[in-house]
Amino acid sequence: MTDVADPIQQTAPEAPVSAWDRVKLARNPKRPHTLDYLHDLVADFVELHGDRTFGDDQALIGGIGKFDGRSVMILGHQKGSDTRENLKRNFGMARPEGYRKAERLMRHAEKFRMPVITFIDTSGADPTLGSEERGQAIAIAESLVTMAGLRVPIVATVIGEGGSGGALAIGVADRVLMLENSVYSVASPEGSASILWKDAAKAPEAAERMRITAHELLEFGIIDEVIAEPAPAHENARTAIRATGQAISRHLRELIAAFPLHDDEALDRLVAARYTRFRSIGSWQEESAG
Amino acid sequence: MRGFFHRQSKFQPVDPDENGNDQSIPDDLWVKCPGCNELLYSKELNDNLRVCPKCEHHFRLRARERIAMLTDVGSFQEWSSRILPQNPLGFADGSGTYEGRLERTQRKSGELEAVIAGEATVEGKPLALVVCDFDFLGASMGSVFGEKLVRATEAAIERGIPLMTINASGGARMHEGLFSLMQMAKTVAALNRLGAAGLPHLSVLTDPCYGGVTASYATVADVVMAEPKAMVGFAGPRVIEQTTKQKLPEGFQTAEFLLEHGMVDLIVSRDQLRVMTASLLTHYENARVVAAEASAAVNAEAHGEDIVVSFHSMAPERAPDSAQTGEAL
Repeated sequence: MTDVADPIQQTAPEAPVSAWDRVKLARNPKRPHTLDYLHDLVADFVELHGDRTFGDDQALIGGIGKFDGRSVMILGHQKGSDTRENLKRNFGMARPEGYRKAERLMRHAEKFRMPVITFIDTSGADPTLGSEERGQAIAIAESLVTMAGLRVPIVATVIGEGGSGGALAIGVADRVLMLENSVYSVASPEGSASILWKDAAKAPEAAERMRITAHELLEFGIIDEVIAEPAPAHENARTAIRATGQAISRHLRELIAAFPLHDDEALDRLVAARYTRFRSIGSWQEESAG
Repeated sequence: MRGFFHRQSKFQPVDPDENGNDQSIPDDLWVKCPGCNELLYSKELNDNLRVCPKCEHHFRLRARERIAMLTDVGSFQEWSSRILPQNPLGFADGSGTYEGRLERTQRKSGELEAVIAGEATVEGKPLALVVCDFDFLGASMGSVFGEKLVRATEAAIERGIPLMTINASGGARMHEGLFSLMQMAKTVAALNRLGAAGLPHLSVLTDPCYGGVTASYATVADVVMAEPKAMVGFAGPRVIEQTTKQKLPEGFQTAEFLLEHGMVDLIVSRDQLRVMTASLLTHYENARVVAAEASAAVNAEAHGEDIVVSFHSMAPERAPDSAQTGEAL
């Protein structure tokens, strides 16, 4: 048996900017954040708070709103645009209660057959004593479990930084989109450099070597679409947000057409298709049993 | 049939290293216990499942040592042993390519990847088993790790047997980038299917267990066990201290800390793991047998009396006339 995943050629289109430039663009504090997308794309938004156990995390927000004429559940990491807001938002690094709120709201969406839209924008999950005490790893894992089995369509978009398990915790989706100047990585470039070379200052090198840009990840088949930014999103937020809304709308319509929300059998197929999507990600070679 | 059910010859566990030396530990070696600083006679330590007889410090184990200690003699059959890693990112740095790194690690560790999967029996009870080998790049989770775990899970479902994972990992494998991160979603999704099939996943957290493994399949098992004093967490203590300048309390992220904070079901010392595993598996087996018998009885009755099966019929203590209960619904 040969079940060999093709070795992937490094054929990403000639990038006009380096991977590290993309990281800097993705982190630009003036880049639109989740609330900016909500403001422009979603009507009648009702934010829902709290994990019903410990607290309400301001770094990961969620609620119900009307998108493209349909009531949906929206979740997203929220960074601040200035220091004051960033302190309130913990720089977009969610704590366990944030992931537990997200998990709760996804179940809520499933109960009322609302599609889920997520906006990923975090350097990673909060790495502090308190978050460890309250089970950061388990909170993330439980969110993954819920998303993998959720019986409504999910579209995730990386709008800035997609860092590590803290990003994936709201990223197990039927369609995963990335803005052109966003990045998505197994650990932050600083974290990767620290693990690989014990030197966080080599982050720019890690950014290049780890293939974290949208075009590279599209080549790998890990994401489904790159949303173009003719100008960086912080320079022309309106255009970037509108393009993002159009892309999400298109994918959501396709998913709903293929897997109608009133059709239980179709929703079984949706979950099976999501399983197949993630089941197939990996790169290995196999020697036949001898 | 799928290739991973083929019983393959085992990979030779220990190769001589570059200098032709046998790497297995000679019996006459003295070992210093990191727990109590006592000098221990290596053979005595090995006879005690590599647990310090003075302070009960649990030494780290290689995957095959664990399998040997846990499973019935000769019962382990390895699966998927010829799935090999490759270099999807074309990763290279100052110390060479990822392929080169893998080759050196394979030679040094005697393993082809960071997990070993297979089936075995414990006290006669069959189970699928996936065990991390920390000596292989810190048992970091990359594509092969995820694929072997998922195949073992799918095989467990097909055979109707439980799954046990014995976990130790530094987290996701950096060299495979986002492919590694996605293994978190992939493994958890497969385990959802195991649960849907009514089969348990028992997870054992051993020292050290961090990052992507702790934040995915290893902590959402039906039973989460930990070895005494094992260090388990999401972010490592060094990262937390560096980013927050917080002073971490004594015993932070130990198995005992996790138990106190409600994150694990129980702490199991190494010499009790076999018994505990068998005991748990017996409970799940009993529950399945009782449910199957009840279901068979109901089916027989339904066939005989031509009634619609209701959940009332499942009650073991039903009254003889309770065939009427169908109408009461």
